[in-house]
Amino acid sequence: MTNYLDFEKPLAEIEGKAEELRAMARANEGMDIEKEAAALDKKASDLLVSLYSNLDPWRKCMVARHPDRPHCKDYIAGLFTEYTPLAGDRNFADDHAVMGGLARFNGRPVVVIGHEKGNDTKSRIEHNFGMARPEGYRKAIRLMDLADRFNLPVITLVDTPGAYPGKGAEERGQSEAIARATEKCLQIGVPMISVIIGEGGSGGAVAFATADKVAMLEHSIYSVISPEGCASILWKDADKMKEAAEALRLTAQNLRELGVCDQIIKEPVGGAHRDSIAAIGSVGRALDGMLDQLKNKSRKQIRDERRKKYLGLGTKGLAA
Amino acid sequence: MNWITNYVRPTINSLFSRRELPENLWTKCDECGTMLFHRELAAHLNVCTSCGHHMPITPRARFNALFDGGVFTEVKVPEPIADPLQFRDQKKYTDRLKAAQKQTGEKEAMLVATGEIGRTPIVAAAQDFSFMAGSMGMYVGNAIIAAAEEAVKLKRPLILFSAAGGARMQEGILSLMQMPRTTVAVEMLKEAGLPYIVVLTHPTTGGVTASYAMLGDVQLAEPGALICFAGPRVIEQTIHEKLPEGFQRAEYLLDHGMLDRVTPRAKLRDELIGLVRLLLGLPPAIAADLPAPAAADDSAPDDAATPEAAAPKAEPAAASAKPAAKATKT
Repeated sequence: MTNYLDFEKPLAEIEGKAEELRAMARANEGMDIEKEAAALDKKASDLLVSLYSNLDPWRKCMVARHPDRPHCKDYIAGLFTEYTPLAGDRNFADDHAVMGGLARFNGRPVVVIGHEKGNDTKSRIEHNFGMARPEGYRKAIRLMDLADRFNLPVITLVDTPGAYPGKGAEERGQSEAIARATEKCLQIGVPMISVIIGEGGSGGAVAFATADKVAMLEHSIYSVISPEGCASILWKDADKMKEAAEALRLTAQNLRELGVCDQIIKEPVGGAHRDSIAAIGSVGRALDGMLDQLKNKSRKQIRDERRKKYLGLGTKGLAA
Repeated sequence: MNWITNYVRPTINSLFSRRELPENLWTKCDECGTMLFHRELAAHLNVCTSCGHHMPITPRARFNALFDGGVFTEVKVPEPIADPLQFRDQKKYTDRLKAAQKQTGEKEAMLVATGEIGRTPIVAAAQDFSFMAGSMGMYVGNAIIAAAEEAVKLKRPLILFSAAGGARMQEGILSLMQMPRTTVAVEMLKEAGLPYIVVLTHPTTGGVTASYAMLGDVQLAEPGALICFAGPRVIEQTIHEKLPEGFQRAEYLLDHGMLDRVTPRAKLRDELIGLVRLLLGLPPAIAADLPAPAAADDSAPDDAATPEAAAPKAEPAAASAKPAAKATKT
């Protein structure tokens, strides 16, 4: 069953009609509906193409947060072999919002780290909706250190609404943990590649996405604040999220123009959630390409270039 | 030459250039309600004389009190591109910026300066909460990078006073990118072996706390300062429970191991001098009110825009040891 987004209602109607016709034909033998049904299918697929070729920023947010969108664990299962999860921050707990460990990518050992949101009520609660606590960032720091020591590239998969705003998280130093994780991203002398697969929510994303190469899926977003949060602060009205999404320039296309995103990974027609396998394959090819661009560089060169990249950000604005 | 030049003109000039009187001669303490006379308040660095509540202080006023003789040289901050996103909410971002500039008389939300404290050369940066809530945009990022580069160039420690509501939303993703950018600045200091001391002031929140403001070698805070990643209101909405008294205040963070010290503003200068000299392996400072440094006296005592780079060329240890020795003699 497809979960339709609000703006996909016309599509749902057409697909529903085609489905009805076929059901009728199955019930009444000899009824020839195939021509009509095929016409409806064509209409639906045309509509899908036109809807998704022209998504406004707020619709992109909805697609980026789509519950059926492939998540971190789907990418890990699809792209890595011998994935060996490593747990815990050695201080307090293991944060299930962050998954990570050793694995092989195309046979090559790497460290993979990502936010996992979960895909049903039970797993969403278990993964805290992808909102990490300090332990999650400290686990990532530990894994990045491990990668650095054994010269393994780090691949991060970013998909988080943001760091968890909770009492315990604050008491245990949420901000310090994020700051240290960002610092660690800048310190390691091994290739560091980030893919924003869904939502790149503020500081919680930066802590994982301060990388040599940052790729974004076509309909993913990366922003300083959620459109809802921005609307409630600047418009004093949380319902102005469409306007806020527009103003924040949070789409992959805008970020590519601003130099924050290095590469956009194309999604299947209708978004990654309509064809997970194709989306995962595209991410795999992009990762392979980015790793290739970073090979044969010395540790110092990698680190220096990464720092230079960040110092140089912000020299170009959007075209008027 | 005549009465017009001697008398009329100065009189007219004095009428027009007369400094505006402060609008409110009295300020009410938000904590205890005591009415405080503006001179008394300024003399106590905006700390309530009755209850000790720390009110906001502008970077300029802070630097006047921090540096020896109130003498400091501003460090030029590279200008970022203006309004990169052409951001517009209910108002245009450019209009909000202009309004903030008019209201504060400052260009942006951070001031960077070099000078001496207790005859110890330092670089200092202070964030201005009165300028768009001190928010961290590209200018603030550039200011911190400029401060770190200046510190590395002059081989001096960096002292940073933070105060911000977080990242500047109107610069979107580019404001968020100041988190890694300022972290690179902190790395420069660490690699050069220079002390980086952070003084967290009220309030320091969001992306600012989650980057340069939490990466100091020593973390100090002013009493009662709100220091957090997510604000108390957001947390209450998320967890649906009342937060404990004093939650996310400096003293609470100290209790939870997130800070080194909580220091009242009146004692901050001495403590910073002590810390910096301890970390640099310098002898203790002379505890006395020191006049303005000699170098600045020679060139132009009132002009804070004097290029200071020309003065101390020697390494910091030698440069600071000399004036200290001089002070002992007098």
